[in-house]
Amino acid sequence: MRITCPLCGERDRREFTYRGAALDAPAADDGAEAWHSHVHLRQNPAGPLEEWWHHQQGCGSWIRVRRDTVSHVMLASALAKPEDADGGSA
Amino acid sequence: MSVKGAQTQSAPLRSWDWKAWRIAVRLNGTIRPAGTDALGVVMRFSGWRVLREGLSGNRGWGPHWRDPDPKAEYDAVIIGGGGHGLATAYYLAKDHGMTNIAVLERGYLGGGNVGRNTTIVRANYYLPGNSEFYSHSLKLWEGLEQDLNYNAMMSQRGILNVFHNDAQRDAAVRRANAIINQGDDAEILTRAQLRDMVPQLNYDGNRFPIQGALLQRRAGTARHDAVAWGFARAADLRGVDLIQNCEVTGIRTEGGRVTGVETGRGTIRAKTVAMAAAGRSSQVAALAGLTLPIESYVLQAFVTEGLKPIIDHVITFAEGHLYISQSDKGGLVFGSYLDLYASYAARGNLPMVEHTMEACMAMMPAIGKAKLLRGWGGIMDMTPDGSPIIDRTPIEGLYLNAGWCYGGFKATPASGQCYAHLIATGRPHDAAAGFRLDRFETGRGLMDEEATGAQHNLH
Amino acid sequence: MRISGWGQSGEAREVGFTFNGQALRGRDGEPLAAALLANGIHLVGRSFKYHRPRGILTAGSEEPNALVTLGEGAQQEPNVRATTLPLFEGLSARSQNCWPSVGFDVMALNDLAAPFLGAGFYYKTFMWPAEFWERLYEPLIRRAAGLGALSGAPDDAAYEKAFGFCDLLVVGAGPAGLMAALTAARAGLDVILCDEDVTPGGRLQSERDTIADAPAQAWIDATVAELDSCDNVRRMARTTVTGVYDQGTYAALEMVPQSSGRAGRACFWRLMAKRAILATGALERPIAFANNDRPGIMMAGAVRSYLNRWGVAPGERVSVFANNDHAHRTARDLVAAGVHVAAVIDSRHDAPQSDLFRVIRGATVCNASGRRRLESITLRSVGGEEKLQTDCLAMSGGWNPTLHLTCHLNARPRWRRDLACFIPEPDAVPGLDPAGACRGRFSTAQALQDGADAALRALKALGKSAGPADVPKAEADSYGIQPLWSVPGRGRAWVDFQNDVTVKDICQSAAENFRSVEHMKRYTTQGMATDQGKSSNVVALAVLAEATDRSIAETGTTTFRPPFVPVALGAMGAGATGMGFAPRRMLSSHQVAEERGATMMEVGLWYRASYFPKPGETSWRQSCDREVGYVRNAVGIADVSTLGKIDIQGPDAARLLEYVYVNRFSKLAPGRVRYGLMLREDGFVMDDGTTACLGENHYVMTTTTAAAGQAMAHLEFVTQVLQPQWNVRISSVTEQWAQFSIAGPKARALLQDLAGAGFVPSDWPFMSCGQLQLGDVMARLFRISFSGEEAYELAVPSRYGESLFRLLLERAEAVGGGPYGLEALNVLRLEKGFLTHAEINGTASLHDLGLEEMMNPDAPCVGQVMAGREGLVARDRMRLVGIRPTDPGERLSAGAHLFDPDDSVERKNDQGYVTSVGHSPTLGHMIGLALIKSGPDRIGDPIRMVDHTAGLDVICDIVEPVFFDPEGERARG
Repeated sequence: MRITCPLCGERDRREFTYRGAALDAPAADDGAEAWHSHVHLRQNPAGPLEEWWHHQQGCGSWIRVRRDTVSHVMLASALAKPEDADGGSA
Repeated sequence: MSVKGAQTQSAPLRSWDWKAWRIAVRLNGTIRPAGTDALGVVMRFSGWRVLREGLSGNRGWGPHWRDPDPKAEYDAVIIGGGGHGLATAYYLAKDHGMTNIAVLERGYLGGGNVGRNTTIVRANYYLPGNSEFYSHSLKLWEGLEQDLNYNAMMSQRGILNVFHNDAQRDAAVRRANAIINQGDDAEILTRAQLRDMVPQLNYDGNRFPIQGALLQRRAGTARHDAVAWGFARAADLRGVDLIQNCEVTGIRTEGGRVTGVETGRGTIRAKTVAMAAAGRSSQVAALAGLTLPIESYVLQAFVTEGLKPIIDHVITFAEGHLYISQSDKGGLVFGSYLDLYASYAARGNLPMVEHTMEACMAMMPAIGKAKLLRGWGGIMDMTPDGSPIIDRTPIEGLYLNAGWCYGGFKATPASGQCYAHLIATGRPHDAAAGFRLDRFETGRGLMDEEATGAQHNLH
Repeated sequence: MRISGWGQSGEAREVGFTFNGQALRGRDGEPLAAALLANGIHLVGRSFKYHRPRGILTAGSEEPNALVTLGEGAQQEPNVRATTLPLFEGLSARSQNCWPSVGFDVMALNDLAAPFLGAGFYYKTFMWPAEFWERLYEPLIRRAAGLGALSGAPDDAAYEKAFGFCDLLVVGAGPAGLMAALTAARAGLDVILCDEDVTPGGRLQSERDTIADAPAQAWIDATVAELDSCDNVRRMARTTVTGVYDQGTYAALEMVPQSSGRAGRACFWRLMAKRAILATGALERPIAFANNDRPGIMMAGAVRSYLNRWGVAPGERVSVFANNDHAHRTARDLVAAGVHVAAVIDSRHDAPQSDLFRVIRGATVCNASGRRRLESITLRSVGGEEKLQTDCLAMSGGWNPTLHLTCHLNARPRWRRDLACFIPEPDAVPGLDPAGACRGRFSTAQALQDGADAALRALKALGKSAGPADVPKAEADSYGIQPLWSVPGRGRAWVDFQNDVTVKDICQSAAENFRSVEHMKRYTTQGMATDQGKSSNVVALAVLAEATDRSIAETGTTTFRPPFVPVALGAMGAGATGMGFAPRRMLSSHQVAEERGATMMEVGLWYRASYFPKPGETSWRQSCDREVGYVRNAVGIADVSTLGKIDIQGPDAARLLEYVYVNRFSKLAPGRVRYGLMLREDGFVMDDGTTACLGENHYVMTTTTAAAGQAMAHLEFVTQVLQPQWNVRISSVTEQWAQFSIAGPKARALLQDLAGAGFVPSDWPFMSCGQLQLGDVMARLFRISFSGEEAYELAVPSRYGESLFRLLLERAEAVGGGPYGLEALNVLRLEKGFLTHAEINGTASLHDLGLEEMMNPDAPCVGQVMAGREGLVARDRMRLVGIRPTDPGERLSAGAHLFDPDDSVERKNDQGYVTSVGHSPTLGHMIGLALIKSGPDRIGDPIRMVDHTAGLDVICDIVEPVFFDPEGERARG
């Protein structure tokens, strides 16, 4: 399996760690129900899924990858924090 | 062209031919009740029967189960003809007298994880909830073959959980004590005791030295397909309709209660619908509008070419997470971690393949010349805490059996029995009372055996 | 029988080898199977179940029968295919799965009992009495089953692994593959060409074809010469592509077989290819008829391979049984080589006639006799039955495209009725384009053209242009197949040779309603043998289809899993034996510790000193007690560099800390250190550690050793995903700093001694930090304590770690102190009730650890909401306390469970368990930490500790989890 890091290019899957579905986190003061849903409940689609991968053994970027969970085809990848692409600080 | 010894014979008396076989197959499949012989007598399996059939050309064997068409209505339908679904049907019929029920299977019976696992049976869990459940399951396993009249080759050859350092030993001691307190067997072996028992491990110069092991002698393996077939045959004999190639495409509800299912073979009415589709639980639950605390991952398994006996136990290693045993046919059957990304592909990738082989070479270099014959993958329902769910759902009459992570095979009989109990009585079985769906929301009774966290992608 | 002057491989030198102890001669490098046939040996092995005598069926890696064991001791290798094993001087092979010999095998009794051992018989018996399974039945079955044996000694063969990258991977160097590689190479692509054979050419090497009106070998030689002259081509012989994975990843096994004077080696490759062409050809399939497993019955194409390639005729009176035109070549070539052809039996009524040999049309072979070597066959035609003397039968039921790799990503092939075979769907694997016989283009002319076309498609896909390829003229014979799967008749007709699955077994499985192809395979074990059904799958499917009155397409499809051929675990796990399994992380003090005889222990990937024994000490406890004494009474030195260290800088650094820690951090002033706890998103405790404020907007965070990687990934997630707008940067500096604990009442004096006037104790109150000049090195000093004594942690760039450690030990020893290891460190922290991952065990909440007061409710932090769930704050949760034996002489044990003294010891009464224990030399008895239900509410109560595994049953007191200096006077000092 190969994953494209927007900073480093296509790399072996061994360089990355996986976090799972890329979901928008509730606000800190959102209630327990919102957080329960965020932490536990999953659409878990058999098909395209937006997910977080971490280029942990590489540049350290968190990457939003769109991947098909049935075919494993990589559909898109983008930096979680796009401004890092310039190498500059925020 | 000389043809010596040429001779002409009359047409031979054929012991079988296509026409006869086709008729027999058709008869067996449709008219003759499953599990009965030509005279309609219930066909019990035995050594005597094998002898008798062998002497008469093996022509009396009937079908293991019928292939009935679905009826318009059942008292209950079970979605999923895997190990748990079939076991549930069997215990509904046997323990609760519910026989007007159907198991709906999208493909073929036993085609899911019950036929894709590494066949390990054990009761060495340590957290309340899991502990009593797997203990109960192991007891059922011990009488299962006689109960089902089917040899599932349950082999209590013992499981060894090898540990490599003090922290792992402390955890093994905690686990061993929990198992013994539950009433099951456990022993802590020293390095020397382990070496006497299993000399072919790498005791010298291992990156993670082997310090000892937790042994459970009553654990072992069972022939996975036979478990599914045994439950299927026994359920069918009690009148359960096992319907293959019947995909559930919708779950019908009315006013918050379930009324039936839509299938590729028409609508089936039922006031009780029980999901047992691990690997696809999220998709099935979505048919009823439910979102589950489940992500699906692929777990790979491997088998080598057949070899003369070299490993007599099930052995697992804390470092590398390797687990390995040898099947009765001689193949080494083994696996390690999940592939660690969401997947429905039922196949994996090289990093975990290689990791697993590396773990073999690190822990047991004596099997280096064994050759990998085949690798495959199963789709695991992974819950946040790594433990399963057997519970009601917010929809009345709709039940959930899901989230088996990678513990589903050893759970098969108890899962079936406890689920059947819940479905038939409305109350959870004592042994499965901990498998609640709401534990994630409340934080009460989480069963995080690996202590890696009760959130996704950590197990 | 060797045919002098025949065979395209040329005349290699003679070598000596042994088979089953018999000394024989053969040609260097030819397959063992060819050498055996040349010596007239057909009986090579025994089948799996019935122990039937078996010969050589094929000439390739699909061989199900001719498996042998090589070598002795650690070199012993079971299940080696004689058909692909190159001969070398001194080779010693033997038959397996037979006793006492392959000629007389006691287990062949199973064959007589065959009526009772049909498909699935074992599911129906051996059930009574239950305990007999493990004691009697299973050991017997295990001993009878299996093929070859491992020696039990560690495998010491040479294996390695490698990565390869290319534009185009071509799998197979037959006509299609060579043509594809040539076309792509000429257009400038980076090409890797893999072929499992020793020499390129594929089936052309076994046929007497012409290409461009010259012998095919001339075209092969010219093509290979051109490929080998290209810098952009890597040609890999003896390299089998074994598996297909995602995004153009292919696994391949390169074998360097043992040869005269050189040991064998294997390399497992991970090939990354932008595009790939599958040019794997096709495999011939047998026909099922009674006793078709007799030694001497072979595939027709294999007979041509042995004859045309190796110059060996597998018999003196050869007959052919086929349903297609291709097989007639076998008779033609045999006649040309001067071998007698008894007859060609063809099931087709319109089969071509020949002037060279007798063709019996519309006939089938319905039986064969000759137990250890074929003696005769029985054929059946409209005229009745006829017996024919023959010592070798070449059979062909047609060809199956070698499409295995196209199934590895779960795609299913499509049935082609006209060709009576499965062919791959074009998009079965993204980027993999099948060409030639592996998609049913069976003639050489078709294969060449298809290979060139596939290369042009690859070029186009990669954005390169190329003109039409120059494809040479070649054979375009018709195939003319009419399906024939099995011949009805009395007796058993084999489908899966190795696993002994017959037509009857498949029919019985159907009769028992195992009608799905997956059920049939699992019930009969068809396709589960070492050849993974390469020759049996399609025949079995056809037999099942016929038995259940369905078409083949309706019945199902066949599928294959990786690897394509069995691969040694040693090759795929190369490099992991011994120390290679995981990296080893060494501290800068490692060598010093080893010099001092320290016992090292693994902590994650790190090695740390467990204790430093002194002469005269006989147990680790003595050393540990002494080292604890250093810290309590003088000064101890420990390397604590394994703790994770994360440098945090930027205007929003404090906000980040406040967000990942539960407690307040915004007010932490430069020069101050604070203890912090972080939660996972689910509200349980992830890790703890101290964070020092080194200056404005500059912090260094420490994590536990175990959670260093996790904490770093967590901070990166927070800064990139959750709060990308914050202006803060983080960097792991764990490896950059060596850090030593200097702990004990004499720590201050030691530092004064070391740093001189640079160290003014009053400037360094408890929980302060700053820089300290040590000679030319600027160090960092933290006044923090994990022992409860006045203690400092001194950090220097790692390259100074070793010399600093030596210096510190020298100074410490001068005042009655010395180094202490992990054992002492653990006792010291236990005496103070400090936490490690034994307590922060992944399932503990703040509340369980008695740290709920740390939560700052005014600032949101990760995990805050989830930490408030009722289940995480319930009073009756297992919560942290100390325990000590009521009788100070008693032992405690980690992992023991706890019970009320009046209760029975069983799960339902379980009150908790012991997380950590140690012997406190300070207090003179053992102490422990435990998680007990409602623990803090039970301080002072007795509790019963039971460890069945150690035989301990001890009454303890529940106490506060701080055993020593509860007010913390000493650390503040």
